[in-house]
Amino acid sequence: MYEKIQVDALARVEGEGGLYIALEGDSISELRLDIYEPPRFFEGFLQGRYLQEVPDITARICGICPVAYQMSSVYALEKAVGAEITPSIRELRRLLYCGEFIESHALHIYMLQAPDLLGHESALSLAAVAPDVVKTALRLKKIGNEILRTIGGRSVHPVSSCVGGFYRFPKVEKLQELLPDLRWGLDAAKETARWSTTLDYPEMDVDYEFVALTLPDEYAVVGGDVLSSKTGIIPVEDFVSVYPEKHIRHSNALHSSNASGEPYLVGPLARVNLNHEKLSPQAKAIVEELKLEFPITNPYKSLIARAIELVESYELAIEIVENYKPEGPSHVELDLKVGKGCAATEAPRGLLYHDYEVDEKGFIKTAHIMPPTAQNLARVEEDLRQLIPQVIDKEHAEATLDCEHLIRSYDPCISCATHFLTLDIKRK
Amino acid sequence: MTTRPTLAVHKFSSCDGCQLQILNMEDEILDLAEVIDIAYFLEATRDARPGPYTISMVEGSVTTEHEVERIKKIRQESTILISIGTCATAGGIQALRNVADADEYANIVYPNPEYLSYLKEASPISEYVDVDMELWGCPVNKKQLLEVIVALLQNRRPVLPQSSVCMECKQAGTICVLVSEGVPCLGPVTQAGCGAICPANGRGCFGCFGPQDGANTDSLSDILTDIERYPGETKRLYSNISNFAPAFYEATRKLTD
Repeated sequence: MYEKIQVDALARVEGEGGLYIALEGDSISELRLDIYEPPRFFEGFLQGRYLQEVPDITARICGICPVAYQMSSVYALEKAVGAEITPSIRELRRLLYCGEFIESHALHIYMLQAPDLLGHESALSLAAVAPDVVKTALRLKKIGNEILRTIGGRSVHPVSSCVGGFYRFPKVEKLQELLPDLRWGLDAAKETARWSTTLDYPEMDVDYEFVALTLPDEYAVVGGDVLSSKTGIIPVEDFVSVYPEKHIRHSNALHSSNASGEPYLVGPLARVNLNHEKLSPQAKAIVEELKLEFPITNPYKSLIARAIELVESYELAIEIVENYKPEGPSHVELDLKVGKGCAATEAPRGLLYHDYEVDEKGFIKTAHIMPPTAQNLARVEEDLRQLIPQVIDKEHAEATLDCEHLIRSYDPCISCATHFLTLDIKRK
Repeated sequence: MTTRPTLAVHKFSSCDGCQLQILNMEDEILDLAEVIDIAYFLEATRDARPGPYTISMVEGSVTTEHEVERIKKIRQESTILISIGTCATAGGIQALRNVADADEYANIVYPNPEYLSYLKEASPISEYVDVDMELWGCPVNKKQLLEVIVALLQNRRPVLPQSSVCMECKQAGTICVLVSEGVPCLGPVTQAGCGAICPANGRGCFGCFGPQDGANTDSLSDILTDIERYPGETKRLYSNISNFAPAFYEATRKLTD
């Protein structure tokens, strides 16, 4: 029997974190998901910036999901100044988001989580025995990056989004050039979904509170109110009061919980469980073909949820590109005034909430950001507590790997989660 | 195979976007992994081997005591150390805390500040150790990453652009947003490498590839301050992603809000 499980530096996650579990006999005396990624104080230096600088700055919170940070920023700031965007702008934003979901989910499914399920160190070692799988994965991922590049100039920190819309609409023919790849991608995504249900997932069943955005007529990613599997609909304006944050000693990321102090889950599993009836037709057909039953309550199976969303994203991207005919200005004029606004969008890793106050000239007075990984940290720790009794009799290396796999299945983005310890500046 | 050179990718304070650019080499990464042994790259693999390494690529800026110790160790273990991205070469966006006037911060309040440990300044890697090569960009350009690795394997000097972003606009046939539309743009003083994507998208450059050698910021500042769309726009352009790069830092200090 060993006394502790310790992973000093978690691999195949975004950012820096470690795991420390101390055991006394069969019980856990201490369990910490250490977040030692240094704080970067974004909310501090957003104060005093002009509102159009915000999406460029918040993108830098995360290189894997910059679009999510840009989108939550622009929607919250548009609400603060009372700007209404056009349907053309909204459709292009949805397409940009498809690119990010595809890029991020393909990366996580194949390169970050699948190696655990297939007994590999990495996708590179997997490529030695299953080159076709890895090549498909890389192409799936590349097409997501191509969507981002076509609309935003580049895939990491794209440059075309602004408060009010886009600096410029992309050309119709440039987007249509993507269609052959997108159609290949839709088929490959369906194959990914089929393959995802054949993998040998560890058993686990958790009583989650799922939390995700919801919209009446679409699978919610860009905007909406908040839906909880336990308490129903919560207006996005009430999100912070319903799910408060607190600062934990071992973590440079704040932890969130519901009002009773219990952890909740955001991310693909929460989205699919809450909103599967609103999936696109072919994504829904795959769900039926695979006889998936909801809710899925095994955290490892969030890979399946990502695969379903990969189908959804490819199908939606094709639909938007086929119908893309931009009308009106690429960005609406802003009528600057004192105001505050909040908004949330669904980052690949889950609900991303932003709120801002702006002054009469459009300068930021306060900024507040709740990234998905920070919201999930308390939930991961609870899952680990549930997992430990199941793995305690295994070899130490195997038990450690099981714990790591559980953490990786959340696709934690630790860089995101630690951006935001507040630097509260009071000027003389 | 045992004689293959080794590559290590290390992360400091950053967004992970530059190391993601390595994984974004979808067409090249499998071939690359044939000719170079990826010995340490936590974002990609659990197989993390100790040094020494032939090439270490470092993403992010140094913002904690622990990171100071880490970068010194990595320097000792690496034959060639390359800073990748504007965090590593100039401190990045988080270096904005360096330019804050301490007297202005009358009171700094964290939820529980005693839990935190960090340095007052976010610094480029070269502040603490000798660096053999710097690749700028937020994010770094993946073609440049590949060029550097290939050049090192071929024992030649990498071919990297030396001009400003303006040259890339001309090559792409993009109409100058500054001259034709009066949009403030840092293109004339910013190092090429991004492909001039901001002007191509109808907006001005905000300098994320850092200052070009010999950039004449005084002259550009005179032009930009006359066409600002909001007060302090010129200063804020410099004081953004590459704020702590010496040329932009100086240009910022010469301007008022």
